[in-house]
Amino acid sequence: MIESLSLPTNYVTKPDAITTSSGKTIRSQEMIVNMGPQHPSTHGVLRLEIVVDGEIIVDCIPHIGYLHRCFEKHTEHMTNYQQVIPYTDRMDYCSAITNEWSYALAVERMLKIEVPERVEYIRVIMAELQRIASHLIAVGTYGIDSGAFTPFLYSFIDREKILDLFEMTCGARLLYNYVWVGGVSHDLPPGFVEKAKEFVTYFRPRITMLNDLLTYNEIFVKRTANVGVLPRDVAVNYACSGPMLRGSGVNWDLRRDDPYSVYHKFEWEPQVGKGEVGTIGDCWDRHIVRMREMEQSLNIIEQALAGLPEGNVQAAVPKRIRPEPGGEYYGRTESPRGELGFYVVSDGSASPYRVKARGPAFVNLSVLPEISRGAMIADLVLIAGSVDIVLGEVDR
Amino acid sequence: MGLLDQRFENGNVFITSVDNLLNWARLSSLWQMQFGLACCAIEMMAASASSFDIMRFGVIPRATPRQADVMFVAGTVTIKMASRIKRLYDQMSEPRYVLSMGSCANCGGPYWEHGYHVLKGVDRVIPVDVYIPGCPPRPEALLEGIIKLQEKIRRESLAKKSA
Amino acid sequence: MTAQEIIDSLTARFGDAIVESKPDAMQPWIRIAPDRIQEVGRFLHDDLALRMDYLSSLSGMDYNNGQLGVVYHLQSLVHKHRIVLKVSVPKEQAHVPTVSGVWGTANWHEREAFDLFGIVFDGHPDPRRILLPDDWEGHPLRKDYQVQEFYHGMKVPY
Repeated sequence: MIESLSLPTNYVTKPDAITTSSGKTIRSQEMIVNMGPQHPSTHGVLRLEIVVDGEIIVDCIPHIGYLHRCFEKHTEHMTNYQQVIPYTDRMDYCSAITNEWSYALAVERMLKIEVPERVEYIRVIMAELQRIASHLIAVGTYGIDSGAFTPFLYSFIDREKILDLFEMTCGARLLYNYVWVGGVSHDLPPGFVEKAKEFVTYFRPRITMLNDLLTYNEIFVKRTANVGVLPRDVAVNYACSGPMLRGSGVNWDLRRDDPYSVYHKFEWEPQVGKGEVGTIGDCWDRHIVRMREMEQSLNIIEQALAGLPEGNVQAAVPKRIRPEPGGEYYGRTESPRGELGFYVVSDGSASPYRVKARGPAFVNLSVLPEISRGAMIADLVLIAGSVDIVLGEVDR
Repeated sequence: MGLLDQRFENGNVFITSVDNLLNWARLSSLWQMQFGLACCAIEMMAASASSFDIMRFGVIPRATPRQADVMFVAGTVTIKMASRIKRLYDQMSEPRYVLSMGSCANCGGPYWEHGYHVLKGVDRVIPVDVYIPGCPPRPEALLEGIIKLQEKIRRESLAKKSA
Repeated sequence: MTAQEIIDSLTARFGDAIVESKPDAMQPWIRIAPDRIQEVGRFLHDDLALRMDYLSSLSGMDYNNGQLGVVYHLQSLVHKHRIVLKVSVPKEQAHVPTVSGVWGTANWHEREAFDLFGIVFDGHPDPRRILLPDDWEGHPLRKDYQVQEFYHGMKVPY
């Protein structure tokens, strides 16, 4: 199909037949194994149809749609552009803030709304806290995938601390409805800045601890290094994004390369996989990119908290948002999983004519067959886990 | 060691009804089918992690329906998924309980009107014992749902099924 | 490259395949004749000055005037420029050539557009529904979609 694609480095071609010592010829035969939609390690209702030859994966066909909740149809039936936001929350439910922001960004840019600077700072703080919370789920469950239960418990303790910060701001733990078109729903409550600073100080050494527990654990390294290698050209061809793309050595981060908000004011670095323990683009690289992104997020939060300006938290937005007929905008932000885009089209009425959600998990998952062919079936759980999918966003 | 073993070390005799004994045993070890659907599954995970520790209620996740007593339907049930849930429920052995977590599993939640692919309530395919409202319910709400289910089991009788 | 330069370079090469273009839009777009989308895509992807190697998004559209459409959001990771391609086809003859041979990511996006809009992508390696069950009736994101009453005995509307 695509000539330039390279096979995984560990691909083993299967022998057609083996002749035993007694002269019998045994033909090898392929078998189909079904995995999911109810499976403890598919991270939701993903179903994989795996064609195996012995223990080698010949092909892996993902079947999705078990959580298709008709997001795009709902957007067309709202009476207001703002009403879409609670539905965006429920797409990538591990990082609701970035979903809201991505949609709000698309509508704001379409309407040319200028957002107050305080709002931008609050959004950056919230989105980066959310990125840490989301990566903590990814890292914790990845530990379970590789057979280590303890990192999960540790990462969820820390995640609860972030959820406490969200809860004191907008009252919700998981789905916030916090970022609105033109602003945010509430200003930061008294005491938030101090608590957030406390969290930053507390969490820095915890990353080192998680690294000691999991990342540099010898068993973990042996299970993830050189496994599920995603070559650079395949990653780009399949439009992977986020830690999937950066893990393969492509230095691409929308926060820097398609600038939005106030990220340019802070000092931070996008993290890329370097193949430190194996090949560039293997599962370990994707994992370490997530771990290092958490540190970078802490840097951003620290600087944003220090420079947080005073001001209004809601721009002047018309009560009924009515963009020009034919207006359209593809707004995108860097969510913890990668490029989350909303293509919003208006027909001049009070509700969107069409909203297409481009979910990073959906796109990242489509490359799974390419990186799992030729791997051992026992590694599939680790390969699928390293993609870090959220089915709410894969199926929408 | 257990709570009782220091007090009754000299071979005491307990008298209770079979009903009470069975109910006590059942409600104290509600093995859960490890199975999440959507957003509520993240809160279910949070409930089983450090801060809430669902295991103190005897709820231990099992990966197979054959070993499970209770199914938490945590999240939106889509039409494509409904037949799978029905099959998983059928594979559980009696007595089996279903706990519907969150508005989506209760009645379709925010997707009730335009969700062409959302089943408007899991009770359209399997019977439900306890409904937990919320979108998503907090982990505390899930824990309360479990306590409610335990109360329900406590009232059961061999002669007459309560549900 | 600016949007105007991209449009000029495409017009110089493909001429009649460029139906319409709007370089002054917030996100400049070009409307391509549907039967030429594959070669235009291949050129955009391979040309060293353009190098549109990253297909950000592919969306189906129902324009509600008897036309269905596909919108391609392209990005160059090398040169960091962007362009939007559009094609539109009549509802009764909704056939667009696939671009999944150019960008691998188009495979799933096109399956989704087929599933939700009923746009058939000619030459697609795996033309199945992706989100809905295989025996589902209709394409839900079409503006005239009527939901089916029952699916395998389950009531679909509330």
